[in-house]
Formats: sequence, structure tokens, C-alpha cells
Amino acid sequence: MTAVTDRRQLQQIAARAADARVNVELETEGMTLNIGPQHPATHGTLRIVARLDGEQVIAAEPVAGYMHRGYEKLSEVRTYAQATALMNRIDWLGSFANEVPFILAAERLMDVEAPPRATHIRTILFEMSRIAHLILFLGDMGVQLGAVTPVFFAFRDREFVLNQIEAATGGRFHPYFDRIGGLKDDLPKGWIADTKAVMEKVRTFCDEIEDVLMGAEIFETRTRGIGVIPPDVAQQYGLSGANLRASGVDWDLRRDNCVGLAYPELDWKVWTHPDGDSFARFWVRLQEVRESTKIIDQLCDGLPSGPIMAKVPRIIKVPAGEAWVSTENPLGEMGYYVVSQGDLTPFRVKIRSASFNNVSITPWLLRGVYVPDIITILASLYFILGDIDR
Amino acid sequence: MGLGLVESGKMPKPLTKLLNLSRSYSMWVYQWGLACCAIEMGAAFASPRYDVMRLGVIPLPAGPRQTDLVVISGTVTDKMAPSILRLYEQMPDPKYVISMGSCANCGGPYWDSYSVTKGVDQILPVDVYVPGCPPRPEALLEGVVLLQQRIKTEDMAERWTGEAIVVGSDG
Repeated sequence: MTAVTDRRQLQQIAARAADARVNVELETEGMTLNIGPQHPATHGTLRIVARLDGEQVIAAEPVAGYMHRGYEKLSEVRTYAQATALMNRIDWLGSFANEVPFILAAERLMDVEAPPRATHIRTILFEMSRIAHLILFLGDMGVQLGAVTPVFFAFRDREFVLNQIEAATGGRFHPYFDRIGGLKDDLPKGWIADTKAVMEKVRTFCDEIEDVLMGAEIFETRTRGIGVIPPDVAQQYGLSGANLRASGVDWDLRRDNCVGLAYPELDWKVWTHPDGDSFARFWVRLQEVRESTKIIDQLCDGLPSGPIMAKVPRIIKVPAGEAWVSTENPLGEMGYYVVSQGDLTPFRVKIRSASFNNVSITPWLLRGVYVPDIITILASLYFILGDIDR
Repeated sequence: MGLGLVESGKMPKPLTKLLNLSRSYSMWVYQWGLACCAIEMGAAFASPRYDVMRLGVIPLPAGPRQTDLVVISGTVTDKMAPSILRLYEQMPDPKYVISMGSCANCGGPYWDSYSVTKGVDQILPVDVYVPGCPPRPEALLEGVVLLQQRIKTEDMAERWTGEAIVVGSDG
């Protein structure tokens, strides 16, 4: 299927180029445009080298590696607790969500199961980091299109969520709260009521963003029908998360393969959009934030009592074996393949992060688009550089 | 006005004071966001809660050629280091550097990584170190305020002799 779609795209480009050559005076020279490695639209340090014909992109090549910190090698010389602190910093916006699959993999190797209260609090914090993550996307999407107001809204309301994370974990940004067998601490007094108030604020924020952006003529024309990813292509490139669901593929690990988190007990919905364009990706993420607030409300109501830590030895030596656990992180599927040889440190950790696959589609997706649309498409794909390069 | 006077150290004192005062309250900041700290820098510079503009700092320059201050926030990798040096060299004098976060200060949690530069001070002079992983936005704002205080009393001819400020080091 890819070959067919590719050929169709190439034919289109050739036809457009032929049109341009009808009038010799209009013929343009090829040009190479370098975007990045420091560019606000690339969310950090991604570099895109685009070959242009006039205002159209002929070929675009993402150059990754400007944020490569050697995670897989470093985690071989860190104990499990130390490695957890590192894992926070892979996808720095959804930091708690990065700890969870790594801890779950270690727990599976040790044959330990966290008590239900710990599982529920984990799920609450997991969803809170998703909200803090996606709120910034919703604001940032406006900035990339020239609307500055949404980002002020986003930073304003994100602080409330961060305050709740900080009240529970002590870390505003990188909680490092998850332990093998449970959590570091229980929730503070009055936290549940505060959280519910914050969720109300987040829902108001979603309504505001909808009022400000959706229906605005510039926003609609610059996102509708731009950067369309058909479902088969999305699956072939290994996209996951909201990028995949915006192409109409109904696939969410929270529902389809939930490991060690409290999602099966809850009433919530996986949102998809049939269009697969930039607007669809924005819309799906907006609905996901709303859905996350509902999930957190339900979890706060039905929080079980009991211990927050299972019985775990003081010095953690993980038995020999291999385990693969992946969860639905804010950016998509994130998984850890942990190989242990019975030492204090993992023998090998393979990290599957969502953004790497989400960005790998850019050479296909950016072919034939206009230069201003590069920015919209990159913004709507939504990646974090630490998540790409690790 | 009188740029030769500044370099030779013959600037009249009242004029120096005036220049320093105006320089400290009209700093254009280039945001060099690299990793996690970039988000906290964004919270400090672009959010209504922290609002850096009330300090007389403008975080929206068009490019490095129009900036007085650069905030290096995040992990500097060996692949990134040449670009940082190149942009630093494009900035006009007098220029200041705030190194934000443990990674930019010394390598931070990646102190034994093969691909991370252990501190941005290996490639360019740093005026203010803001420790933390990542530092809170308030810490970055304090770094900015301390830098402004130093600029106010600065002898412009001997700018390079001062030692770097470390936020939170002397209470």
C-alpha cells in the first residue's frame, strides 16, 4: 500500500512541477531549507532539512540526535531506583508516566504486585501527567499558528495541575514517586477535594480553548486537510497514541492491554477521528484531556484504603529474566524491555518511545506540502525531543 | 555613544551609572531551551503567574544578534555544543549567560554519559549558575535579579574579571 500511495504522491508532485514549468519565467531553483536544531516549532532540538522547489517541499529529512543522552547505556550502570530517576527525564512533560512501565516491568520480574491503593494513586498521577502534558500541546498549537493567547491560558492552568502533583509527590516536574512494589508516600490530607476542584478548572480550560481556536477561520483553514495520514500508512510507520487515533484507528493500550493500572474498572471512552489531518490530531487530544479529568474524578471517588507498599526487600535485586511492559503514555505507546541477570542493575534496557516512531513519518508526510504547513504538521504530530533521542 | 570610552575605562562615572541602570532593566533574553528546563523557563518567561517582563526582561528577541542575555536551559550534548558556541559568538557585547539546571551546570544526572557535555562552561563563560533539576521558575527569576544587581554596579571595562553567581549559595 505504501508503494502505491508513494507513487501517487510522486505523480502529483511531478504534475505540479510540470505546471510550474509551463511558464519558464516562473521556474524556480531548488533550495535547501534548514529548520533547527534550535527552533520553537520543533519543541526542542529537532532539525529538519527540507529541499524546496519554490514553496513546496520535495524531500524532508529529520536529523535526530541533538538530545541523545545515552539512556540505554546509562541504565546498565544504575540500580533500579537510580534508573527510575533517570527514566523521568525521557519524556520530560509526562514524567510520572515514564516511570510506570519501567517499574511495572521490574515488578513483573520480581513477581511483586502493588496493593490496590497504590495502583489507583498511580493511575491518578499517570492521568495528571497526561493532562499537564496535553494542556501544553493545546496552547502550543495556537502559538504555531500565530495565536499567542492560548499558550498563556495553558501555562496558567497547567500550574494548578503541577501544584497537585507537587503536593502529592514533592516534585513539581520530575516526581520520582514510583517504587518497586508501590509508592513512596500516601496522598496528603485534603488532596482529593483539591484535585476535584482542579479538574473542574481543566474542563473550563478545554472549553476556553475550544472557544478560542475551533471555528476560527485561520485555524480551520490551516489545519483541515493538512498533513493527512491514512490509517494504513499510520500503522505501517508504527504511530501510536493520539496520532494513530486521529487517523481513525481505534487502539488504546489503556483499554486494550492494560497492565497494572486501574483502567478496566472505570467508565471512559477512547476518542477517534476519521480525518487524520492536523485538526483531527488537535481534536482527539482535546477530547483526551476531558476524558482524563473524568477518569481522575472517578478514581478520586472510589479510592480504596489499605497499604501503599507491598513487601519488598530493602536492597532490591531483581531475579534473572526478561520482561516487556508498555503503557499508553501521553505521546503514545511507551515500553521497556528489561533484561536482568540477578544483579543490582539491569543488564540491558531497551526503550520503545512513542515520539521516535511518530517523527519517522515526517519524510513521507512533509513531501509536497508548503513551507508554512511544515510548522503546523510538526506541531500537530507533537513530539518531545528527549523522547525521540533518549 | 562613546563606545571607545567604555572599552578604555575612561567613561565618566555618572554616565556609567546611567548606562548600567538602563542596561539592567532592558535585557533581551534569548531562550536556548534544550531539555526539561526549557519548560520551566517557558513557565518563568511566558506564563502569567511568573511573568518575567515585570523585571524589565524581554524574552522575545528576533535573533541572537539582538540579545544581551542567553539562558542555556537543559542538557548540552556534544552534537549541540558547536551550535551553542556559534550563536554565542553572534551575540553583541556586552553579553551574559545564565546556565540553568544541573545538566548545563555540570552534566547533572548524565555525568557519566558518553554523549553529554559536562557543563556548558566548558565552551563559553557563564555568569549565573541556577542549580536544580529542573530549577523552579522562581530560582531562574532570582538568577535574573542577581544578574541585574551585578550589572548595576559593574565596571564596564573590567566586566570579565568577576566570579560567577551561584543562585542560593549564600542564603
